[in-house]
Amino acid sequence: MRTDGFVSQFADLFDEYDVLGAFWVNIQLTLWSALFATILGTILALFRISPVPSLRWAGTAYVNVFRNTPLTIIMVLLSLGVWTQLGVKLSGDFATNFFRFGVVGLSIYTASFVCESIRSGVNTVPIGQAEAARSVGLSFLPAARLIILPQAFRGSIAPLGSTLIALTKNSTVASVVGVSTETSSLLKNMIEFHSSLMVAIFLTFALGYVILVIPVGLATTALSRRLAVKR
Amino acid sequence: MSTQNVLFDAPGPRGRRAIMVGNVVGVVVVLAVLAVVARRFADKGQFAADLWTPLVHADAWTNFLIPGLVDTLEAAAMSIVLALVFGLVFGLGRLASSRAVRWVSGTIVEFFRAVPVLLMMIFFFYVFAVYNVFQSAYVPLAAVVVSLTLYNGAVVAELVRSGVHGLPRGQREAALATGLTSGQSLRSIEVPQALSAMLPALLSQLVVVLKDSALGSAIGYTELLQQARRLGAKDGNMLQSLLVAAVIFIVVNYLLTLVAGRARRRRRRSDSGQGANGATTAVATDVGVTPITGLGEGGRI
Repeated sequence: MRTDGFVSQFADLFDEYDVLGAFWVNIQLTLWSALFATILGTILALFRISPVPSLRWAGTAYVNVFRNTPLTIIMVLLSLGVWTQLGVKLSGDFATNFFRFGVVGLSIYTASFVCESIRSGVNTVPIGQAEAARSVGLSFLPAARLIILPQAFRGSIAPLGSTLIALTKNSTVASVVGVSTETSSLLKNMIEFHSSLMVAIFLTFALGYVILVIPVGLATTALSRRLAVKR
Repeated sequence: MSTQNVLFDAPGPRGRRAIMVGNVVGVVVVLAVLAVVARRFADKGQFAADLWTPLVHADAWTNFLIPGLVDTLEAAAMSIVLALVFGLVFGLGRLASSRAVRWVSGTIVEFFRAVPVLLMMIFFFYVFAVYNVFQSAYVPLAAVVVSLTLYNGAVVAELVRSGVHGLPRGQREAALATGLTSGQSLRSIEVPQALSAMLPALLSQLVVVLKDSALGSAIGYTELLQQARRLGAKDGNMLQSLLVAAVIFIVVNYLLTLVAGRARRRRRRSDSGQGANGATTAVATDVGVTPITGLGEGGRI
């Protein structure tokens, strides 16, 4: 009888709260941030491997600053500093505004890791490859396009995969900037009002993340193994 | 530096001119970005002296920032030590000869690596509060430390495993040949070598712990971010207080990164310096530094 009560109570929770919807918010945050972080991170990586000292310096400074700042502080700065005190608005609608700030914070933070992943990919290419490319007469662009970058890309799949996994989990921190519909806020609400069921509630959310994250890990590991340059 | 060599030749006169031009353009762009930010600050009066001066007063530091930093470091130190214990237990578990033990340890490790730390913190906060596990004053600290321990312990377990897998086979074979059991070989031959190879990676993980401890502000732990928010609320200079807190975090983490880098180079140097004798540990070093299990340097967030 007790289990029956437990099961029906637990099932009622899903009518009352939109758990899947919350996960969908996190997925959206992750996808938008992945897009912008990839763009920004690639630009930064180009900066850091370019022969131009000022660009290299700018790339290094960016990475050192944002890789060492807690994501939480970036989010709080965005909401209490940039939004409240500097009056920057990204949308007239409150919810959209917070969502966009969440994407901005996640992108700024994750870009530094994307940059380092790409750079570590370039670092896996042995210098002999470049020397061989030069000696068969390829100039800079063809050597980069045909010889170096394809190998570098393969080398960066695994670290990019773990960056994507971390981004997925970090999307919960968007609650700090005011995104109130995502999973960590919902978890907090549900536990607060149904503390007798809190273990089951937590395990449900945890399982959701396991389901989201593990396939990404498996896929990128398999991909990077399959594409690995045999040396 | 090596990246440069891979992609670019030593520039000729024309190349050098192009680099010069690019250099100037780069400087101008960076300055322009900074100017836009500064303009915004100035427009909103954020450079006003009375917003910044409270931060150089002793009160801000002795009552807010330093206690906050102490709490941050306290939580991080407890977490990394406990994570090491957790990681050793489950890392050994994943290497055990019993299939059941391997499976259970593997499941636990993968589970805690996949669950966001913030969710764990919220959950443990309510568990500890509702069931009175700790005195109420210690509930936020306990939730922060337990969550950070579980996540980072799972990462350490993976480091232990990949460190042991990276050792040359001869180490284990020699241990077994001298009559040690496979468990003894693991405990007294393989894991110690993996551990010393792991030190740089462990220091990098400490940066992650420090950053994640800031999540504790969401459950009311009085760490640096939380204290900076209180300070900002008291003096009405939230932006400025948060910026100072961010700078403190960046300095501490950057120093830790430097120490980790130094430890890494030192291991490499001592390995290459030992010649034939060092060859065995050289293999272990490389694996300890870049674990295979999808936890590359870039992924340590």
